[in-house]
Parts: sequence; structure tokens; C-alpha cells
Amino acid sequence: MISVRDLAITFGSGPGAVHAVRGVSFDVADGESFGLVGESGSGKSTVLRALAGLNRLWTGSATLGETSARVQQPRLVQMVFQDPYASLHPRHTVDRALSEPLEIHRIGDANERVERALADVGLGPAFRFRYPNQLSGGQRQRVAIARALMLEPRVLLLDEPTSALDVSVQAEILNLLRRLRVERRLTMILVSHNLAVVAHMCDRLAVMNRGLVVEEMDVATLRRAEPREAYTRQLLTASKGYDREVASGIVTFD
Amino acid sequence: MNVAPPPLLAVEDLRVSFATPTGPFHAVRGVSFTLGRERLGIVGESGSGKSLTGRAIMRLLPASAQLSARRLSFDGIDLLSASTKTLRGLRGARISLVMQDPKYSLNPVMTVGEQIAEAARIHGGVSKIEARLRALAMLEAVRIRDPERVFRLFPHEVSGGMGQRIMIAMMLVPEPDVLIADEPTSALDVTVQLQVLAILDDLVRQRGMGLLFISHDLELVASFCDRVLVMYAGRVMEELSARDLASARHPYTRGLLNSLPRLGDERAELPTLSRDPAWLEER
Repeated sequence: MISVRDLAITFGSGPGAVHAVRGVSFDVADGESFGLVGESGSGKSTVLRALAGLNRLWTGSATLGETSARVQQPRLVQMVFQDPYASLHPRHTVDRALSEPLEIHRIGDANERVERALADVGLGPAFRFRYPNQLSGGQRQRVAIARALMLEPRVLLLDEPTSALDVSVQAEILNLLRRLRVERRLTMILVSHNLAVVAHMCDRLAVMNRGLVVEEMDVATLRRAEPREAYTRQLLTASKGYDREVASGIVTFD
Repeated sequence: MNVAPPPLLAVEDLRVSFATPTGPFHAVRGVSFTLGRERLGIVGESGSGKSLTGRAIMRLLPASAQLSARRLSFDGIDLLSASTKTLRGLRGARISLVMQDPKYSLNPVMTVGEQIAEAARIHGGVSKIEARLRALAMLEAVRIRDPERVFRLFPHEVSGGMGQRIMIAMMLVPEPDVLIADEPTSALDVTVQLQVLAILDDLVRQRGMGLLFISHDLELVASFCDRVLVMYAGRVMEELSARDLASARHPYTRGLLNSLPRLGDERAELPTLSRDPAWLEER
């Protein structure tokens, strides 16, 4: 479904150029859930934005279905962003946010579709005519997910979908995403810095550092804490909480 | 810590409320704790009142807030009746507050190095040259590579994680007795987070600083702090020794712990938290 080969993305030019992604390759099969893990600046979100067609300035190849990711394919691929406070228009009601994609793509029976979409993400019809400021963070993220699914895409790209939420709300959103993935046979790419979230949601993952894929593994390997690379081992140990010894032994990988 | 000297901070029945058109909203409702030369964690979800508790100690609440307490004292000084002048002498110099977001807390038109040096000069009473040296040493202590270069940068030229470390450096350079850290490492990568915590840890162990560590991350707090207060809806649900977190009794704490996905287990469905209205009632 998704194929990425030698993807390279550079911002700026000349000596000040930032090589955010420096030759990344991976494949995601139809119906698979794939995780992209890394620290800030590793390039994981940059890869995701390129796949969503939000950034077309890259070299190498990236295809979704049969088509290059340079071509936006809103009916094939949709994205959910990290910050539910920033990704909904503050002066559009939930109803408008959800019906806009239907209008643009001239899809009929908007009324029923919006109602069904709200029910699918666990929001009652009472939420339909509310504004984002009348919703909690978790409810907003549910609306953002509903909006992403309005055009019934086959691929869902998720950029840290729960890192702005409280843990109890995170559990609700992760449960929702898992259910939707099964019901709609979605192919997913989940970008996250949280290894436990990726293990919970994905089948396979790639670990990124400084614009490169350090290693690719299946989730069972991650759960057994048996990564191949020293970088991933350090990331795993550091995720387990504070330990003075571990903190002293942290090294930087280039 | 039972036989320790009198606490640095004593808080008894702390209350913060705001007037709203529909009557007062009680954001903090009767919080009590003491802080010695230790690491005390306050954990809670958004809206639990944990940040307001930290700000109330600094007497840095918005003008619309109503503050009351049976006792609010720092090192024998009554913070409730203290004059503005006394408070200004304490803030920054003896009690410091590290806030969540460096974007809004750093002066945008001053280099980060000058800001740290200023803190050393004003609160530490050292010369300009000495202040600069201390600022550079502190930048190095918070694991900033090439401190000489970073010293000359403006806040908009540094990343979020670096901005957070700069804030921590600024708050630590006057060597305060108490540091109130409100989500100081939430914006940092796990490896950097661990390194910053190690700096705070050393200050508590070596200099006897008292640390009030406010965070939403239950497991991080449990692994880092000595004691933990769990807050919900402005009240302390329970207080535990950090190593006993796994055996927490309160259903709220248990619910939070259960809702976390873990590497070690493969649950298809994460249990979600059902909130008991009884938790809101004051006992």
C-alpha cells in the first residue's frame, strides 16, 4: 500500500541547509499498522507530512497505492495531527468541520453521514452543533478523527495523536483507533515518541535518528526488548523511568 | 525522613478559588503537605489544581484568584502575611519556579546567556564577570553542547528542549533552597529528560535543595521522587511513598496506572477510567 525508497528531504539551501530526512526506505502492507519512532528532530513527522502530500519537495520515491505522494489523494489518505486545540477551526462548528469534505467532493446524504461519523467516534448527536471551545481535548481529537474518516480513506496517518492528552483520555482514543482500524481495515502509520503506545497500536515499526532509519523490527521484538541497535536499546532503557546510572551513561548517537 | 529538621515548606489546608458568573469555582480545595530536603512529586491530570498549588506557594496567582490557607510558610516565613518586598526577596533567590513553556517564559529580546547571568547577578549578588562564568557553567551542567555559542543566542533561535534546559539553568543559577518545577521535562526527549532529572537529583542530594516536582507522568514521578501526592479535582486523593506506587490503594490512582499502555503486556483494550463523584466530596 505504501512504499518509500531513498526518501530525502532538505529544508533551505547552501551551508545553512537542514537535512531532515537523509534516505529513508520502508514498506507498509495493505491493512498493516506501522510505527515511526524517534526523538525530536529525527525526521519522523517530516516523513509523515511528505506522505500526506503536505510537502512535495523531496527526492527519492514515495507512493501510496499506485500514485506518487506528490499528488494529494484525499480519498485515499487522511491525517490526524498532534494538537487537537490547533487542528480544528475555532469558528467552525463540528457539523461544518465534518460536512466540508463531503461538499468539496460532492458526496450526498451529508446529514446521515455526519451523524454516523459522530456516532462512530463515540460522540452523541448533541455534539454536532458545538464549537471546538466547547469540547475537551479528547472530544476534539475524536472530531479530528471523525473528520479524517469522512471521505472513507484507506490510509490514516497519525502524528502523535495522543501526546497532548491526559493518560485516561489517551486510553479512550487508542481504543477508538484500534476499533476503527479493524472495522474499516485501515492501513495506518503512527508517529510517536512513546514506545508503549507504538507497541500497543502497531504490527511493525522503524526507529529513526537524525534523518535515518536506525532499524526496523516487529512489535514482538520491541516487547521482548531485544533491538539490534545500541541507539534503540538506549531509547528503551530511558523510557523505563528515572535511573541515575542510566542517566550518567547516556551517549549521543550521530 | 521522619526525624528530619523542620520542613522547608509547610502547606496546610490550601484553597484557591475563582469568581465566575455562576458562583465561585474552587480549583484547589484543602491541600496539605510539607516539603523537606527531598523530592516530592505532585501528580494529576489537567485541571487537578497541581500547577495552581505550585503557583500559590510563590504567591504568583492571577489577581482574580482567592487564596486562603491555615498555614503557608517557607523556612519559618509566613508567606500569607509576607510583604511584597519580602516575597520579591524570596522569589528567584530562595524559591524558584520552572514553568512548562519556555516560549512564554523567556525574554524574547535578550540573549539566553544574558538572562541566566542576570539571574546570577541579581539573586546571587556576584559581579558581571563572575555571573557570566556561572551562566556558562550552568549551561554546561544542563548538557548544552557548546555553551559559548548558545550563550549568544536569542530564545527564538533555540529548540523547545533547549529552551527548557535554559530555563532550568536560569532558575538553578541563584542556588535556591526550594525549586518548584512544573512539568519541567515534559517537552524533552526521554534521554534528555533523564539527564535533566539527574541534575535536579544531584542538587537535592548534594546541596539539600527541596524539590516540588509537578507532573502528569505518574510512572516518571514514581521512579524519580521520594514521595508522591496524587491530585484530582483540587484535592489530594492519596499520598504515597514513590516505591509503593504499584500498590496504590485509591481507585483513581489505580485507574490512571491501568490506563497506560505498557511494553510488557498485550491488552487489546485499555481500561478507561470511570470517575466516581464521591472523589469530589471533601472528607
